[in-house]
This record gives sequence, C-alpha cells and structure tokens, in this order.
Amino acid sequence: MVEKGNSVANSCCCSKPEIRKAVPFWQLKDYYGAVMCRVSDGFRNKYRVKPGLYTFGSPSAESDVFVTANYKLSFDLLRKDLAGIDAWILVLDTDGINVWCAAGKGTFGTKELVRKIESEKLNEKVSHKRILVPQLGASGISAHDVKKSTGFSVVYGPVLSKDIKDFIANNYASTSRMRTVTFTIAERAVLIPIEVVAMVKKAWLIVLLVAMALGIQKQGIMFGPMIHRTMPLFVGFICAIFAGSVLHPIILPLSPVRSFALQGLFLGLLCDGVLHGSGLFSGMSIYGTGSAYLLVAALSSYLAFNFTGCTPIANKSGVKKELRIAFPMYVASAVAVTILIVLYKLSCEAVI
Amino acid sequence: MKYLQNVATINVAPEKCTGCGICMKVCPRNVLEIKDKWAEVSDRDSCIECGACKMNCASDAIYVDSGVGCATAMINGILRFGDPDKGSCGCDSKSGSNGCC
Repeated sequence: MVEKGNSVANSCCCSKPEIRKAVPFWQLKDYYGAVMCRVSDGFRNKYRVKPGLYTFGSPSAESDVFVTANYKLSFDLLRKDLAGIDAWILVLDTDGINVWCAAGKGTFGTKELVRKIESEKLNEKVSHKRILVPQLGASGISAHDVKKSTGFSVVYGPVLSKDIKDFIANNYASTSRMRTVTFTIAERAVLIPIEVVAMVKKAWLIVLLVAMALGIQKQGIMFGPMIHRTMPLFVGFICAIFAGSVLHPIILPLSPVRSFALQGLFLGLLCDGVLHGSGLFSGMSIYGTGSAYLLVAALSSYLAFNFTGCTPIANKSGVKKELRIAFPMYVASAVAVTILIVLYKLSCEAVI
Repeated sequence: MKYLQNVATINVAPEKCTGCGICMKVCPRNVLEIKDKWAEVSDRDSCIECGACKMNCASDAIYVDSGVGCATAMINGILRFGDPDKGSCGCDSKSGSNGCC
C-alpha cells in the first residue's frame, strides 16, 4: 500500500525507473540558463531537472553518492565540479528550488531524502552506506533520522561544490573554510539584477498610472506636461531602486548600522541629499518634490530590508524585530506619498 | 558581516549535549564551538537561525527558533494572512510547480 501511495505521489509521466546520465560538460544553453536565472525569477522558477538517480561517468557499487536539488543551476554546478569523478547523483524533488532555500523550507529534507533513497533502490546500486549531502542542506536534514530510516550515513560535504575535490582529498572532511558561507562582493553583486527586475516588474503599472493621472487634462493626456510633471517621481523611483537594490548590497559590509531597513533609509536620504544638491527639482511644486523625496527614502529602505532573505547573514528573529517598526513606517509612507501626489496633481491644475 | 545584536534565539542545553561536534560541523557561520567537551554558542550575532544544528543534534540539546530571515516572505505573510510566519517569497514557487514534463 505504501509503495502504491508513493508511486501515485510521483506519478509523473517522466518518472520511469530508468537511470539518467549526467555529463560534466556545459552546453551553450546551460550557460544561457545560468545567466537567465540571475535575471528573471520567472525563468529561474522553471529551471529544473528531473528528480531521481543519475549516473556520472561510470560509477560502480563503490562510487560515492552526491545528493542535490532539482534546481538545474545547482545540478549543473555540481556536475561541472565533479568532472573526472565516477559517481552517482541523487536529485531530490525540491520544486526547482536550490539546496539551501529548499532546506530552509523543508522540501530538501529528511522525508524527501529517505523517499528517494528507497524509490531509487540505492541500496541495490551501491555496496556502501554513505551519502554525501551538501552542507547547506543540513537545515532540512536530520542525519541521524536518515540513518535510522535507511541505514545510510549522511556525510556533509562543503558549502560550495567547487570544494568537493579538496573535500575528498581531505579524507571526506570539510575544513573550517569549506564549512563557512561567504558573501563576497561578487556574490552580492550577482543578486542585483533579479532584485531590480522584480521591482520594475511589480511597479511599472503604478508608475504608468501615476504618469497618466498627472498628465491628464481637460484636453486629454498632454504628453509634454505629463513628462514634466512625472519627472521628479520617476527620478525618485529610479534613485530608490539604485539606493536600495544596487548600492545597498555593494556597500553592505561597510555599513555602520546593522538594521537593513535603516541601511536602506540612510542610503535613500543620501540620494535625497544628492538630488536636492543637484538642483534638478528646483522651481517645482513642493508637493511633487516632497513626494519624490519621501518615495526615495521609504522605497530604498523597503528594498534594502527585502534583501535580508537573499543574504546569509540575516535571521528570522532579527527580521521580525525590524518588521515591528518598519512595516507600519512603510504603510504610513505609502499613504503619505499618495496624499502628496494627489496634492501635487491639484497644485498642477492650479486648484490649490 | 553580522546582523542585529543579541536577537538570535540559539541556545545549547549542556546537560543534554554529548559533545559530538556535529552542530559545529553543520553550522555555516561558525556560531558554535566545542569547549570543555560541550558545545557552546561562541558568536550569537552570526547565527542566522537556519536550524541545521538543531536538526542534526541527535540528543536534542540545541534550541533555536529556526526559519528564514526573509522580509519579503514576512511582509507577504502579514498582507495575505495577517501573520508574518505564514508568508512566502519568490524562492519557494508553488506557482510554477507543475514538475511534470
């Protein structure tokens, strides 16, 4: 009965019992995919490989078993870094999410690992009882429970697949360096495009509606006045994204304060200072410039705060603590910006 | 790089700890240390509450209120369900979850 239940749960047209083959080489489309994953979340969320057991090279019963997630980029990095090793790759079904995020959410977890060990009949493929799990999978996996359920001992490998060969050479032990997550400037910078794209995707319609609302007059939408009137808010919007989603990740280690919401707020205020000093808004309605300045400060803070989830330094308790003050502030700012834009519109039409 | 001071909820119960060291090995932030045969929180502010130590402690000696420190997920949680713990972010897409070919 249990077996039947399992087969129904995995009843994909593609889940044939055959073993798939993984190769170390990347094709052009793999490079393209690796870039696209960093730009489009829509693309990333569908970038998957089929879960199950793969052969890599010509593995024997003694070969190592490497566990990974079915996010294709995770799988691709692993197979690239395993080049030259004969091994088994066991891909867990994590809904296409990378190892660490999936482990945090439990899909890269004890249950799924045990299920895959059983459904792929790993004990018939290998003669040993050791599986190598990426260390960042540890937050979803209980090594002692896996051992109890399957007999397989989980050995945690390094954080990064590029250290696997050193890890093996070091007698299957990670050094302190291999165990520690880093967050270098390159690792932070690579996260920027997806944040910017996501924000633009979320807000473009609002920007357009505000522009039209400001531009519409008795004669219809006047293009010239629309551009002129929307300019401060549009510039503010761009500046907020720059401060909160570009500048913030880059200068993160240099920040004198630890709160992400405050970091973003300070960067936003800094941008406000530069905008004000530049004289770009001089002579414009106080409501228009006021809404722009407030938008920069609040949106920059919001974007920087949202970056917490992308980092390996924030924690749940801290984000909750920040949220208690930040969330009401964002709601208040959104209301205030809206009111200011309405007043701006009224002042443009010389009503006030 | 460290996050807010003194907020991480991690604690070790020394009477339960066997000093096996697995917590230290799975911690990606070097938060724990084995001192005098027991695990000890040596760098609380680095803890990201990922829960790897708790998950892998066979003697149940570690407490941490683990979860993902993601503002996006918590704000979504508040907006949709009135509870920060119930939200999700773009990193756990159930939306595109037609994993079938």
